[in-house]
This record gives sequence, C-alpha cells and structure tokens, in this order.
Amino acid sequence: MTSPTELQMNAHLETMAQKLRKTILTMIHQAASGHPGGSLSAADIVAVLYFEELRINPQQPQWPDRDRFVLSKGHVCPVLYSALALRGYFPMDVIYTLRKEGSMLQGHPDMKRCPGIDISTGSLGQGLSVAVGMAIAGKRDKKDYRVYCLIGDGESQEGQIWEAVMSAVKYQLDNLIIIVDNNGLQNDDTCDVVMPLGDLEAKFAAFGCSVQTIDGHSIPQIRAAFSAIRKAENSSKPHCIIAKTVKGKGVSFMENVVAWHGSAPNQQQFDLAIREIGEIQ
Amino acid sequence: MRSTHGLPTREAYGKALVELGARHPNLYVIDADIGRSCKTTEFMHMYPDQYVNVGIAEQNAAGVAAGLATCGKLPFITTYAVFGSMRMLEQVRQEICYPNLNVKIACSHGGLTPANDGASHQGIEDLGIYRTIPQMTVVAPADYYSAYALTIAAAERHIGPLYIRFTRDATPFIYQPEDTFEIGKTKILSEGDDITIISSGVVLSIALKAKEELQRKGISVRLIDMHTIKPLDIVAVENSIATTKGIITIEDHSIYNGLGSAVSEIVAQKGKSKVAIIGIRDRFGESAPYERLLAKNDITVEEIINQAGQLLGKEIKE
Repeated sequence: MTSPTELQMNAHLETMAQKLRKTILTMIHQAASGHPGGSLSAADIVAVLYFEELRINPQQPQWPDRDRFVLSKGHVCPVLYSALALRGYFPMDVIYTLRKEGSMLQGHPDMKRCPGIDISTGSLGQGLSVAVGMAIAGKRDKKDYRVYCLIGDGESQEGQIWEAVMSAVKYQLDNLIIIVDNNGLQNDDTCDVVMPLGDLEAKFAAFGCSVQTIDGHSIPQIRAAFSAIRKAENSSKPHCIIAKTVKGKGVSFMENVVAWHGSAPNQQQFDLAIREIGEIQ
Repeated sequence: MRSTHGLPTREAYGKALVELGARHPNLYVIDADIGRSCKTTEFMHMYPDQYVNVGIAEQNAAGVAAGLATCGKLPFITTYAVFGSMRMLEQVRQEICYPNLNVKIACSHGGLTPANDGASHQGIEDLGIYRTIPQMTVVAPADYYSAYALTIAAAERHIGPLYIRFTRDATPFIYQPEDTFEIGKTKILSEGDDITIISSGVVLSIALKAKEELQRKGISVRLIDMHTIKPLDIVAVENSIATTKGIITIEDHSIYNGLGSAVSEIVAQKGKSKVAIIGIRDRFGESAPYERLLAKNDITVEEIINQAGQLLGKEIKE
C-alpha cells in the first residue's frame, strides 16, 4: 500500500519533472542551441534527485558533507541547470543566459562559474572516474555522503567508463550510485546502429555492481530504486540503476528522434512542445 | 645502492613523497601499476590510506585524482611521461586543468633516458604538450637534489595543476641537498657576457661541461637552469638578451614546443638576440645507450661549443 504522503510526494515530483521539462525547453529555445533529447530523457531522474534524494544545501553549495552529483553526460546540462535554478542556487532568470557570453551556464557544466556544479564535465566517459575519486575520498574520510553519477548509454561506449567501474568495485564504493540514462539513441543514430551496447545490466553486474533496471520515467520506480539502495547500506558494492528512458520524453515530435539530440526548437516547435507538456498544477 | 656520482631523479621523487606523506595527510598517490618503477612503493607501505592504484588505466587515474581534489585531497598521479602526457591528456585537460584543480602529474621516464626500452617508452613530447594547456605548470628538474626540492615545492608552495618530469637512469649530482628552488624561477649557475646556455632537465650536466670547456677557451658563459618551462622565467631570458651575445638552449625533448621554443618566443618578441636550439630533432628514439641517443641528436658538449662559435661569429679553437 502506498501511503497518502507517498502519493503526494509522487505527485509533487511529477510536477517538478514537468517544470524541469518546461525550463529545459525554454532555455534551449532562448539559446537557439543545446541538447533537448537527453535533457528530457533524464528529467524524471533529476527531479527525484534534486527534489527528494540529494542531501544538499543551496545556501552552501560547497558544504563538505553534501551528496555529490556528477553529470557525466555533461551536454544535457539544461536539465541540471533547471534543477539548480528551481532549487534556488541562482535566480530563475539566469536560465535565459544559457550558452551566452559571460554566463555561468556554459554550453557544458563549469564548476568554477556555476554554483552547485560539483565537477566540470562535457567530454564523455570522464565523469564516472571523477565520481569514483569523490566516493573514495568519502570512504577514507569516513563521511556518509553519497555520490550520484548520471551517465549515458551511448557514453558507455567509452572504455574509461569500464575502467572507472572496475575501480569502484575494487574500492567497494557502496556510496556510489551510477545511473544510466538508457534512452537508446546517440548523436549519429540509435546505439544499436552506431555501436551496440549489448546487455548493460549484465555488463554492470559482471563487473561487480549491484544492478536494478527500472522505468526511468516512473517517479515511484525511481524513488523505490534509491530507497532500496539506502536499505542496502554497507553492501560493499557500487550501485547501478539502468533507467530505461525515451529520448525527448514529453514532447511527441522529439520522442525517439535522433535529430533532437542536439538541436533547438524553433518558435512554432517550442510553442507546441510547451503545450504538450501541459499546465503545471 | 647509493652512487657518489649521481642517482635517478625518480628516486628523489619517491623520497620526497615519503616526507610529504607524513606532513600532509591529504596528499594521495595515484598509481597506474608502475608504482615500483616510479618509486612510490615506500609511500604505499607507509600511508596505505593515502594511496590508490587504479591499475593499467591512466585515463581513470586522471579522473579519480580530479574527484579526490574536489574533496580537498592533493593527488600526485604517478606514471611514465608517455602515458602521463598522452594517454590521459584529454582527461587532464578537461577534469584537472579546466577546473584548475590542485593535482600534480609526476612522471618518470621523461626524455630518452629509458634508453633501452625504446621509442614506446621515451617521452620526448611531454613538456611541449603540457605547455599548451592553460593553467598547467611544467617542471623538469636537473638532478636528484633539485628533483627532491621541486617535488616538495610542488606540494607545498604551488596550487593548481602541475606536471613534473623525472628520469629513469642515474644522472650526475649537480646541486647540494641544502640548495633551494622556487617553481617558475631559474637557477643561475654562472654569470658571463659572451654566451647564455639555458638548460632544462638532466642535460644540465652536459651544459655544465660545455660551460667549463668554453671558459677554458676564454668564452664567458651565463648558465641557467630553467627547471620550470611554464611559466617561463621571462626576466631571466630578457637579462640574457641584454647581457650576452646569443642564447643556446639544450633539452632532452623535441626541438618543437619545449624549452627552445619557449625561449625563442621571448627572443622573437624582444629581438636583439639569436637562439640555437639543441634537442631531439623531430624523430623517435630507439633502444640504445642514453649517451648514444643524445649523440644522435647532437645533444652534446661538442654541439654546444659549435653553436657558441656560430653565434659569436668566430671559430672556437682548442
């Protein structure tokens, strides 16, 4: 049985995901460039992270005991910028400066310019290694923060991802949660056409991670996955969540369309997209 | 086994780490399976909680170090110059230099010194590669004692990304244990008004011999150890332009984009001098004795004397 408060939280997080999607589209439309597809596929995951799961304090972005979030697939930063803005890391109108000269919202995340960014990313395959370093530091310092790292499925074609997974297993980083945004598409085509990833769940399990596969657009399933990880404390294994997602999720004409990986909607497309996402309750 | 004539600079690195580990509980060593060779084993045994070995995975080493640095650690990534400057280059650029994190990249086997290992293990492009990356400092110590002192300086008196190069084979002692070094500031070994010799790295011993030879022949030499090629000690180069009639640079590195290029950039902008660049002549090494490899590239006492004669416009006779 799901309690009334749980149902309220699910509804709240669904609303936040809706807000994230509108903000993502608004900022990419305004910038006339950016990556809507992967930002929209990750929106529900990021909503649960930033509006429930992460132990963070927007007033103190450098709080040493905060949970860390590494956006290894840095090109989908509009989803992260939207979450940071909605959490109050910076004023909401900053989103209109995305990709503009002098903006804290660089085309890919820059930790030196933007509060709330734990590491600069943008070159695929690298963020997970950084997350491993953060998690090792947490273990050695006997701190209880967790490190969450969102990677792409296409990104997992980088060999460094697997170097990082091996080291996470060696150092028994049960404070590390790898989330794979498994939308099945990448820049040039589907992952299956460009470079098939095979059975990602089996691969992460074979490397020694504890793996869950979920619907990455189901708020209750995302929450349940994080909740299961909290219960599995001291498991000595890094956690991996394979989140099955749809690239462009929430905008019918963007869903599962490769071309929306890295192009901005024009005015007509933007208006239609905002209508499809609907009124925020 | 202690030589009275010289020791490999990588051994100085290992010793300095042991001293630093005790003083700085946040200092970490990140190895990539060649810790024995890079002399980190004693550190590993003494400070296991400050030690990470990622295996043969240099790209991951760079990222792990970056992550540790964001949590207040001071990581020293340790590998060979070829891997430290090329296998992990883009990771160092993106995750360390761009966010300006306090990570040091300490590499043994710089230049031609892993002589019998052959070209795959001779890092002859490393200094030039890192010289082009913003926010990176580049250091090449000349002997055991300067390597020791500059490792300590890198940890304690420098904040931000830094690359420091060591060598595999024993090279002659030049300095004394009590000599002090500042990153970015040259050591002037002698003043003179005919020719300036600027050296970086362990070939300083060749430059010293050439200086003595030239002085015997009546040529007065200003000899500079440019252990930091970035940021370059521009004042030292400007003073050499002003006080001597020409500059010879010598390095165990490609003639492109290393010390010779850095000095030439200043001379080209200031004018009023000429530079002769002695270094590896845009070709790969091979398995051979170190002295032979240097000789094949004219990184020799004789070539310094030859270049001095050309710069001074006179024949330097026996």
